[in-house]
Amino acid sequence: MAEKDLLRFLTCGSVDDGKSTLIGRLLWDAKLIFDDQMRTLEAESRRLGTQGDGIDFALLLDGLQAEREQGITIDVAYRFFATETRKFIVADTPGHEQYTRNMATGASTADAAVILVDARKGLLPQTRRHSFIVSLMGIRHVVLAVNKMDAVDYGEAVFAAIRDDYLAFAAPLGFAGLDCLPISALKGDMVYSRGDAMPWYGGPTLMDCLEAIEAGSDAAALPFRMPVQWVCRPDANFRGYCGSIESGTLRVGDRVAVPSSGQVSTVRRIATFNGDLQEAAAGDAVNLVLADEIDVSRGEMLAAADARPDLCDQFMAKIIWMHGDPLLPGRKCLMKIGADLVAAQVSEIKHKINVNTFEETAARSLALNEIGMCNVAADRAVAFDPYGRNRGTGRFILIDRYSNATVGAGLIEHALRRATNVHRQKETVDKAARAAIKGQKPCVLWFTGLSGSGKSTLADLVERELHARGRHTVILDGDNLRHGLNRNLGFTDADRVENIRRTAEVAKLCVEAGLIVLVSLISPFRTERRMARELLGEGEFLEIFVDTPLALCEARDVKGLYAKARKGEIPNFTGVQAPYEPPEAPELRIDGDATTPEEGAARILEMLQTRGR
Amino acid sequence: MNGASLSHLHQLEAESIHIMREVAASFENPVMLYSIGKDSSVMLHLARKAFFPAPPPFPFLHVDTTWKFKEMIAFRDRMAAECGLRLLVHINRDGLKRGIDPFVHGSALHTDVMKTEALKQALDKYKFDAAFGGARRDEEKSRAKERIFSFRTANHRWDPKTQRPELWNLYNTRINPGESIRVFPLSNWTELDIWQYILQESIPIVPLYFAAVRPVVERNGMLILADDDRLPLAPGEKPMMKMVRFRTLGCYPLTAAIESDAATLPEIVAEMQRARTSERQGRLIDHDQAGSMEKKKQEGYF
Repeated sequence: MAEKDLLRFLTCGSVDDGKSTLIGRLLWDAKLIFDDQMRTLEAESRRLGTQGDGIDFALLLDGLQAEREQGITIDVAYRFFATETRKFIVADTPGHEQYTRNMATGASTADAAVILVDARKGLLPQTRRHSFIVSLMGIRHVVLAVNKMDAVDYGEAVFAAIRDDYLAFAAPLGFAGLDCLPISALKGDMVYSRGDAMPWYGGPTLMDCLEAIEAGSDAAALPFRMPVQWVCRPDANFRGYCGSIESGTLRVGDRVAVPSSGQVSTVRRIATFNGDLQEAAAGDAVNLVLADEIDVSRGEMLAAADARPDLCDQFMAKIIWMHGDPLLPGRKCLMKIGADLVAAQVSEIKHKINVNTFEETAARSLALNEIGMCNVAADRAVAFDPYGRNRGTGRFILIDRYSNATVGAGLIEHALRRATNVHRQKETVDKAARAAIKGQKPCVLWFTGLSGSGKSTLADLVERELHARGRHTVILDGDNLRHGLNRNLGFTDADRVENIRRTAEVAKLCVEAGLIVLVSLISPFRTERRMARELLGEGEFLEIFVDTPLALCEARDVKGLYAKARKGEIPNFTGVQAPYEPPEAPELRIDGDATTPEEGAARILEMLQTRGR
Repeated sequence: MNGASLSHLHQLEAESIHIMREVAASFENPVMLYSIGKDSSVMLHLARKAFFPAPPPFPFLHVDTTWKFKEMIAFRDRMAAECGLRLLVHINRDGLKRGIDPFVHGSALHTDVMKTEALKQALDKYKFDAAFGGARRDEEKSRAKERIFSFRTANHRWDPKTQRPELWNLYNTRINPGESIRVFPLSNWTELDIWQYILQESIPIVPLYFAAVRPVVERNGMLILADDDRLPLAPGEKPMMKMVRFRTLGCYPLTAAIESDAATLPEIVAEMQRARTSERQGRLIDHDQAGSMEKKKQEGYF
């Protein structure tokens, strides 16, 4: 049987650059469009096509109904064809501006990229953007295909001008291989066959290029890395660590380390279904048996003992944001890196990167399809290499903790050494000791609700009563904090998140001091209330939802804020222009409509009593 | 073999094994859909490799429409015994009671009740949170756009417009209670890859894939095997004896045979390389309406 190798590439281009036509042409010339598919295509081309009586290959590829109806490509699609020596997997990515995330997705698994340019239009902003993302994702081989040469009378000068433009533009992007060639996907010139329309061009055809690009990565030459996916323990006599080798080669007898624990052992067996191997390399899915009884769990990494990865809980990374809700620094999410899943947050956006001009500008949040240089803080140290050095171990995805959506992709630049050198101070007098001397159990009463719902009134009543009973308390009022600690924050989503993070941290310090803390804060987002809850110990966070209907709050309008907001004088006012997400399971809900403040306060004190606070 | 020159089958195998291990490690209660066809046979083989020397750490589910070829059922039971599989067979009893018959009620209703509904029943009954399917992206246009880890709502629905981006080999396995993920470890395989791999690894498959003289009738230009006496015959009609084989296997009334002399794996691979029609040509269900696969998938079909 013919042994083939495998090349994964993506195609990118703007709308109407002829991407679908090119892929249709590649499949057609590779004889991979079957007769029954061709008959369907001919029928649909007449009915829906945009090529007159000709075949509209886009219809062959746009698989979703919405795409066929709107005549646009929405989602990344994967196509397959093969030659005598090579199998190709093509990631076909849409050219629309709003679907940049799909391009990054397609590029993530590709070894090479074919960038299409319309000969009539030359380089477009999209060409620059696509080239930048291709470079960002670490793709080393690029083919610039100047398409629709048939529409410019196969003019050599047109091609030469675009080629020269592109070579000048792409020089700083550092591609290892860059081919430029003229083609007509529609007519087939310089795709598989040379055709006879461009005798002036002596270079390789597109297929020549695609067959010549070195397949596979150079990962085998890097130090050994393997994230442990699954621990195989069929019986007491066998314990194997299963995973895919991301980089390097491995032989029986090699020394490997677990960077997170520092343990070291030797490879005893590389076990497979078809018998033991002596050697394995990047790309192999293996099951390793070690010589020593060391404890390794899913998520940890096995690495060459003499060339270990970085181990750090803070690093700098480029993040491509992929969700409609913006990235807000300080908001917790989950990070999947290798087989490891860890809670993490973007602690700071250093700048965002304009993908058209490559300019770096200051930013406090990242919107869908924006790319930013960020500091990332994980809840514990993780093992990694910079993406530029090792594509396999320097990448991660970010996952929203509530919707579980994949919200971002990250490429690690370097560890933040600062973090590795800042160690926590051990305390001798601790939280329990401070609470004991006051004879109370500290906790946080977190009042959340709309402006004017009665949070501060309730907090005040409760504190007065606690004080009368000899309890040590403190009130953290959102409005008051904004005069001091949070003076530099506004009311954008990003600032609201930071406002709550600071308040929660102060509340935590007060609990450490042994106090009963009453926080009165609109705190409109579930995510941040959850963050506050998670900062504190079990049972220390008591969420009180002051549930007063918006109409009533607005009718009261104690501070005249609703009136101003309705006039547009206060932007982002919660309940008017900005959303309020009610708690799903608060410890207590006070009906602000049907309950007097005194009744409400009594219920809160009752709750404290039953919870032993 | 080293990293730079891995053959394409070796790379596809490694990718599939990676996907299977990720599921086994991340989900509470995964299951592998086992439809007895060639793709399922490859999936089963890969699962045995992925967890070796342990057995696959999940059960295998066959949704039996009661209209499968007899040889498929015999093969299923033999493989389950030989490989020591935890095999679950689910039949939509309600559909059976209603007497759903593809010859009488048509392929659409039959597929909806005995396959899609039955599958949802089984997933709900056992509360599986991840289910492997053998679908490949080269099979059909909407499949080409589906993720390897394909999210399903608590009602088993697929929403092609809100698919999660899928980068590198970092699969997002997170779901909320009641939701589930369909996982397609063979996404990047083509039909030819499947056959070449079956040949390379000597994977057992249902004998119907090999050409033999079999009794068939012609219906709308399709050759249908007379597998049992539920096949309605016109007065005086007798099945013809023809040298045929199957490129794809499903319910016998809905799966057409092709005339072929390919009786060995090398002959099948050679025939594949000359093929001028697509594999799903022989599947009646796909012809019901335009975009029918996408619609079925949204409703919970695999």
